[in-house]
Amino acid sequence: MSNPTKLTPTPGQTVGPFYGYALPYEKDRELLAPGSPGSIRLQGTVYDGAGHPIPDAILEIWQPDSEGNVVHRTGSMVRDGYTFTGFGRSAVGNTGVYTFTTLNPGPTEPVPGKPAAAPFISVAVFARGLMNRLFTRVYLPENEEALAADPLLSSLDAERRSTLIARRDADGGLTWDIRLQGEGETVFLDFEGAAAGGAAQ
Amino acid sequence: MPEDINLEIFNADPITEDVSDAAPQAGTEAAPKTYAPLDAAAESQADLSAEMKSIGEAYAEALKNGAKAEIQPRLDYAPYRSSVLRHPTKDLHHADPETIELYSPAFGHMDVHALESDLTIQHNGEPLGERILVSGRVLDGDGRPVAGQLVEIWQANSAGRYIHKRDQHPAPLDPNFTGVGRCITGADGSYSFTTIKPGAYPWKNHLNAWRPAHIHFSLFGQEFTQRIVTQMYFPGDQLFPLDPIYQSIVDQDARDRLVASYDHDLTKPEWALGYKWDIVLTGSKRTWTENEAFGTAGDDNE
Repeated sequence: MSNPTKLTPTPGQTVGPFYGYALPYEKDRELLAPGSPGSIRLQGTVYDGAGHPIPDAILEIWQPDSEGNVVHRTGSMVRDGYTFTGFGRSAVGNTGVYTFTTLNPGPTEPVPGKPAAAPFISVAVFARGLMNRLFTRVYLPENEEALAADPLLSSLDAERRSTLIARRDADGGLTWDIRLQGEGETVFLDFEGAAAGGAAQ
Repeated sequence: MPEDINLEIFNADPITEDVSDAAPQAGTEAAPKTYAPLDAAAESQADLSAEMKSIGEAYAEALKNGAKAEIQPRLDYAPYRSSVLRHPTKDLHHADPETIELYSPAFGHMDVHALESDLTIQHNGEPLGERILVSGRVLDGDGRPVAGQLVEIWQANSAGRYIHKRDQHPAPLDPNFTGVGRCITGADGSYSFTTIKPGAYPWKNHLNAWRPAHIHFSLFGQEFTQRIVTQMYFPGDQLFPLDPIYQSIVDQDARDRLVASYDHDLTKPEWALGYKWDIVLTGSKRTWTENEAFGTAGDDNE
């Protein structure tokens, strides 16, 4: 692997309107059984540029466990009800609302030489009319100090930054909306630019 | 298991709005199956083609002036009308992937049964249409095989009809074809599906809009940043120049990366034609150990 070939990536394309019989699967949005100890609801609405809910979007989340460990366990597609795999998928409903049952992600080990990242959940967004998937993050609202030190959040102005931080609900859950366009447009991420590790000239 | 493909899920459909992008036709729900009536409000293919042509010419000009070749579809591509309100207007924010983003969910044979890669054996009878094999390898941008990862596909049947209930194209459903498959890549990144060649499919982006035949592919890499959903096309399709989704990739070399090649060595005598399509994900952002580079994710490591 000393001299790897550089290949150009295959382009993405829209998920289209007809993923509904293919991508969803049983308990896809239940990283934990609802009501089990430590479980929380993560929910929100996906909006378009006119402020209307999008009824044909599908989201994926990928996160560490509550101790901050990256889980390397299979079984996301056939849930056994006990194994936390860290991955979930939720198509939105008629009103553009998605729901996951998951855990609060714990803080992960800091990357050597970099400040500690605040706990977050990685999110991929797909929709009819969206030409390529979008990546973003949802951060827990607690621990202002960690949020302030976070490399991504601290690179954003206050309004943009707020689009990545969930609200804590009275029941302990998280609410976080996604706006594809317009006022309050969610910050979406590009990992391939010059800033990304290894690609710098 | 194929028989476990859950028909409830087909009906648990998240889409309630019309999947067309033109105004819904009055009374379509009660109407008998007819071809879509001519809609005076709908734009013509000539209008759309002119728009696409001018975007293409502007791109060619930019290339000539030294712009970098584009390798992904444009998020803002107005000829695909549904994209108008669904693309971010701010630039994507450059970020260094951190922690969880440098890893991928693990999938394995606990998640996917080996028979799920054959879309022609999911029912009691043989589906209609041209049986094909679609095979290739999933590689990362550094040329490493993406081993032990999940590949999901979905597609229309040979008549160009999706099983999805919102698909109102008046073409027959095939009781022996669902059009959904999955597999876990091998140690060399290989995948292989047996299926039926999908038909071209009309949609309502504009009047007389037809999608080139395609298979939807969903792929995971070894890092979540490599996740993509895309579409594979068949070589020589006459609909390519007319299709705003294919054309949303403005660079011809990039478009060509979505087109499978006919491969006679893959073709099985007296059985099925073979198409080869390799998929390249983005490069790794992680420092790999030798074990990781040669090992596999998931439980595919026999």
